[in-house]
Amino acid sequence: MPAQSPTTPSTASSTASASALSIERLVKEFPARRRSRPSPGPGATRADVVHAVNGLSLEARRGEVTALLGPNGAGKTTTLECAQGLQRPTSGTVRLLGQDPWRASPALRARVGVMLQDGGLPQAVRPLELLRHVASLYGSPRNMDELVERLGINGFDRTVVRRLSGGQRQRVALAAALAGRPEVVFLDEPTAGMDPQSRNIVVDLVQQLRREGTSIILTTHLLDDAQRLADQVYIVDHGRVMAQGSVAELVAPGEDAPAVLALTLAPEHLDAGRWPWEAPEFAGIQVARDERTVTLTGPITPPLLEAVTRWFTATGAMPESLSLQPRTLEDVFLDISGREIR
Amino acid sequence: MTTTPATPALPGATGGPAPLPRRVVAQARFETVAMLRNGEQLLLLVVLPLMALVALTYTPLLDGVLPAGASRVEIAVPGVLALCVLSNAFSGQGIQTGFDRRYGVLRFLSTTPLGRSGLIAGKLLAILAVLAVQYVLVAGLGAALGWRPGPGALLLSVPVLLLGAAAFTGLGLLLAGTVRAEATLAVTNLVWVLLAAVGGTLFPSTTLPGAASWLVDVLPSGALGSALRETFLTGGPSPAPLVVLAVWALASWAAALRWFRWS
Repeated sequence: MPAQSPTTPSTASSTASASALSIERLVKEFPARRRSRPSPGPGATRADVVHAVNGLSLEARRGEVTALLGPNGAGKTTTLECAQGLQRPTSGTVRLLGQDPWRASPALRARVGVMLQDGGLPQAVRPLELLRHVASLYGSPRNMDELVERLGINGFDRTVVRRLSGGQRQRVALAAALAGRPEVVFLDEPTAGMDPQSRNIVVDLVQQLRREGTSIILTTHLLDDAQRLADQVYIVDHGRVMAQGSVAELVAPGEDAPAVLALTLAPEHLDAGRWPWEAPEFAGIQVARDERTVTLTGPITPPLLEAVTRWFTATGAMPESLSLQPRTLEDVFLDISGREIR
Repeated sequence: MTTTPATPALPGATGGPAPLPRRVVAQARFETVAMLRNGEQLLLLVVLPLMALVALTYTPLLDGVLPAGASRVEIAVPGVLALCVLSNAFSGQGIQTGFDRRYGVLRFLSTTPLGRSGLIAGKLLAILAVLAVQYVLVAGLGAALGWRPGPGALLLSVPVLLLGAAAFTGLGLLLAGTVRAEATLAVTNLVWVLLAAVGGTLFPSTTLPGAASWLVDVLPSGALGSALRETFLTGGPSPAPLVVLAVWALASWAAALRWFRWS
């Protein structure tokens, strides 16, 4: 398991200024009967209580993009809600810019922008009206014109929020979160429901905010987003951190970390027989075949490569392509959170 | 609400919140515009009360309870003002807050510098702004129909209306914060119809048989209706309806503070 909780953020209180958000051993219980949160399964201990978050610690450093990655019901949104002051933790400590978000002053809230998963937008107003209103709550808000243009909001600014598509609403909610030029931005599933073009716009914007020094804390179940954006990734499941680290650390092949060797062969060679898979070098390797491709997953070692090429020489099979791929974040994620659908 | 300075901002960082009064006024303006621009809300807030005023002035519905020497419009206007409070503070803001809660607007706005207390303050101010618009329109139409109130009664009606608004706002927020938005919509509209018809707003409780009359007197609608009629017709409200309204206001706000859910 790569970089699994190597350091607990125990130094958080002494280095509050370096940390945008510091969470220690956060627990959030909900009464089970309300069914307002998906059950985290094994996390629940008492029959009448659901542990949406169950001892989660994380540290989001200033100026970085921190991604909470996990399946539905993992506890990502509840964690963010505790960090935003929308939920009161059952136990544990949360420090947002060194302060308690549950008792956030307007001054603290002015430094933090929030994009909720469901948008949180009034339904009967037009996007620009809403954004102008939100901007008016701040002392020196962002000039919204540029942002509105960049997010393509002026293309639908005559439509009330109720009639916007999900992706359009997401863009309005993102603009609203940025209205106060926040130092810390929370984005809960920022690209959910967006077409690829909108997603690219949002990814570019997040990258630009990061260059400008904004701390960004986002949740996603899109591995691609995490891979493109995040400095630090926390893989969350069952209300806990299952693994953490940079994308590079998480996908780094360890001693026994699997990698993938993919071969594309002409069909006649695929049927050529005398496959070398029984050789001892192939112990512990999973082999998958379709019409033209053979995929070997497991610890790919030099002796194994030699065995494969020896077979090419023996059979005269020349692969059309041969590639060795490191693990992706997706592999890490699926290894940790399991492959079954929830 | 505190405005304690936070840790010093980074260079080039956030300019802090707008001042508290500006935040609350901005929210009040936003809510008022949203209320007055929504067709269904406008019907409830303005059109139906004005229609009721015209109807009660041109039909003999209130003739049985007219005090000696009073005209129909003189007894109709206070009842219509009570109905306006019901439309505005209870139904209007109840429905708006219920849907704000359902769509996460309450949660989003409470993460901005407005905060929860600023949001509630903005809603209260919006209720007052809408009430002012309603009062001007009802009084204007009433004047056109021959209503001639004394300046003392006009002045005295303001605190009575505010007390009624406090009671109905507490009830509206209690409903909006505890049940689903659709249920809030259904209940506020049903209650509006019931209280308008037999709740002591438009028609004094004396039009009802004994036990029902007593019941209506302890409803906030009946208390507000009779306090306003006494204000304009007898020079001042008696203590009983004011006490009833104060009890409803305290109880509903205590319950709303206890049970209101933001999500």
